[in-house]
Amino acid sequence: MPISSRNRVCFLPLAAILLAVLPFLLFSASVDGQPPPETTGSTLVSETPPADTVAGQPPAVEGLTAADTPDDEGGSVTVKWTEPAGAAELGLTYRVMRADSPDGQYTEVCELAAGENEFMDAGLTDGQQYCYKVFSIVGPGTAESGPTAPASPRGNWFRMYRLNALILLLVFSGSVLYYISRARRAKPIYIRKIAGLNAVDEAVGRATEMGKKILYIPGIMSIDEIQTIASLAILGHVARLSAQYNADLEVPNKDPLTFASARETVKEAYLEAGRPDLFREEMVNYVTYDQFAYTASVTGKMVRERPATNFLIGSFYAESLLLAESGQSVGAIQISGTAEVAQLPFFVVACDYTLIGEELYAASAYLSREPVLLGSIKGQDLTKLLLMLALGLGVILESFGVAFVKDAFRMH
Amino acid sequence: MRKQVPLLLTFCAGMIPIVALFVPERHVSTVSTTLDSWLIIVAGFALLLGVVNVVQMNTNKIRRKTSGWPYAVVLLAGLAIMGTFGFAGAFGGFGGIATRLDGTSTPFDWLYQNAFLPLQGTMFALLAFFMASASYRAFRARNVEATILLIAALIVMFGRIPFGEMVTKWFPLTTEWIMAKPNMAAQRGIMIGAGLGAASMALRVIVGIERSYLGLGKGE
Repeated sequence: MPISSRNRVCFLPLAAILLAVLPFLLFSASVDGQPPPETTGSTLVSETPPADTVAGQPPAVEGLTAADTPDDEGGSVTVKWTEPAGAAELGLTYRVMRADSPDGQYTEVCELAAGENEFMDAGLTDGQQYCYKVFSIVGPGTAESGPTAPASPRGNWFRMYRLNALILLLVFSGSVLYYISRARRAKPIYIRKIAGLNAVDEAVGRATEMGKKILYIPGIMSIDEIQTIASLAILGHVARLSAQYNADLEVPNKDPLTFASARETVKEAYLEAGRPDLFREEMVNYVTYDQFAYTASVTGKMVRERPATNFLIGSFYAESLLLAESGQSVGAIQISGTAEVAQLPFFVVACDYTLIGEELYAASAYLSREPVLLGSIKGQDLTKLLLMLALGLGVILESFGVAFVKDAFRMH
Repeated sequence: MRKQVPLLLTFCAGMIPIVALFVPERHVSTVSTTLDSWLIIVAGFALLLGVVNVVQMNTNKIRRKTSGWPYAVVLLAGLAIMGTFGFAGAFGGFGGIATRLDGTSTPFDWLYQNAFLPLQGTMFALLAFFMASASYRAFRARNVEATILLIAALIVMFGRIPFGEMVTKWFPLTTEWIMAKPNMAAQRGIMIGAGLGAASMALRVIVGIERSYLGLGKGE
């Protein structure tokens, strides 16, 4: 979606500031977010002679530390150590032991093979102190490390490693909400033409003229999938048109939650169009929860009833081509839309119009022409512009061996 | 109330997982996982609603003798047979629903292995034929774009089979380049756009601007 040149000029400095500030914030976050100083067992090890000094004994682990696991909900301590040289060749195993105090009764927590040098002990009580020892074992030989100083687990309030995601979320939400509020009072926002959505009226009209059915397939996923919600928004528009034209609409469903929502959407659309008398319960029906049984049912319906118009909008997987090709073979006008990248080529080949990725999500705004919805698309475009700038900057800096832009966007 | 309550519920249900993503506090994650469990329970009840709808719809079809009513008989018979063996098996009848300890099949398992799976496989196998017909249509050199697509597809197809490598080593190399560079760049472009679109849509749903999925129109 294009952004006006005036806004582009306004937001280029903003983008530059954002990109300049983000690494600094991340750097300071990584400093602030460092876990509390770890308590090493090495100081206490000196009090007892290392076990590996005895001939024939395996070497003991070194640098044993125990500390509260950072950025977690509490109840866990992370134990780390440095493996002795040649641990793998010796076939060492490590037995992690836990006690309430350095001199307390140690019980086994877990056993790990050579190559492991870290263990997260979960299911502990916050605030209580725990000490750890690690035994190196080869056959009958055992070497014991000194105990760590006490460490106590505690809950944290923020996952510092997700700070960059939070900043991006705030920038994105801020820009969307800003443009939504601006759209309430500003002049109409321009949105480029989307052929697939322009064809919706024509497709419904065609079915009405031919006296044939409109088949609306809202994907195969449940209502917790955002593509399904986007599809239901388009279904509302199609159902309103069907009510106005007195066209025959059918919505077969695979998911029971989508079925319940789709029925409500269609019912309300008929009510809003002033034709509640035309709504029939069987318009929106449930088929089955199985993917291919659903596909068999819908393709069978296409072949037998020869609908004039098919809408395939939502989240689709392997059934996309089966449905689209069946519809194509019976000569129906087909409008499809999905954000599943792997299914897009099938729809492009077999359908007359395809809503690609973001066009699907923009559909409700495009069809309703409500300024607040259009405003959200404008805000989305701003974030896209910022990301494009960051991508460009990242590529250039990475070419010169500077990785901070790439690191700033790294998600954990 | 009809408008406010669903919107408030949507706001809470949308915000809790977002907060849980950033806040590791135990109570927040408990609420978030509880919400997920509720979704499963609600879906279970909705499935029951779906089964009732299937029975109603198909019974009406048979009663009215509408076109294709014999299919409705087959569907209801399948539902009744699988449902009976499934329910009875779940409570220990007919030896359960899985294979028996002696290796013989329970009725439910036998039907699943010998009726359901082959039918499912048949549907999936049809994909190969549909793919051939779709490819034929897509790769006709009608214009410049379609011709480029045809050439790219031919190179990729030859690059993926041993014969292509036998002809020239450039086939697999060019295939690798096409898949890793132009193809990946286009895919990522679509994915970034779709990701932002999905986030924007989710934000509209959470703040209650997008409400058409609730059946609420402009005026509400």
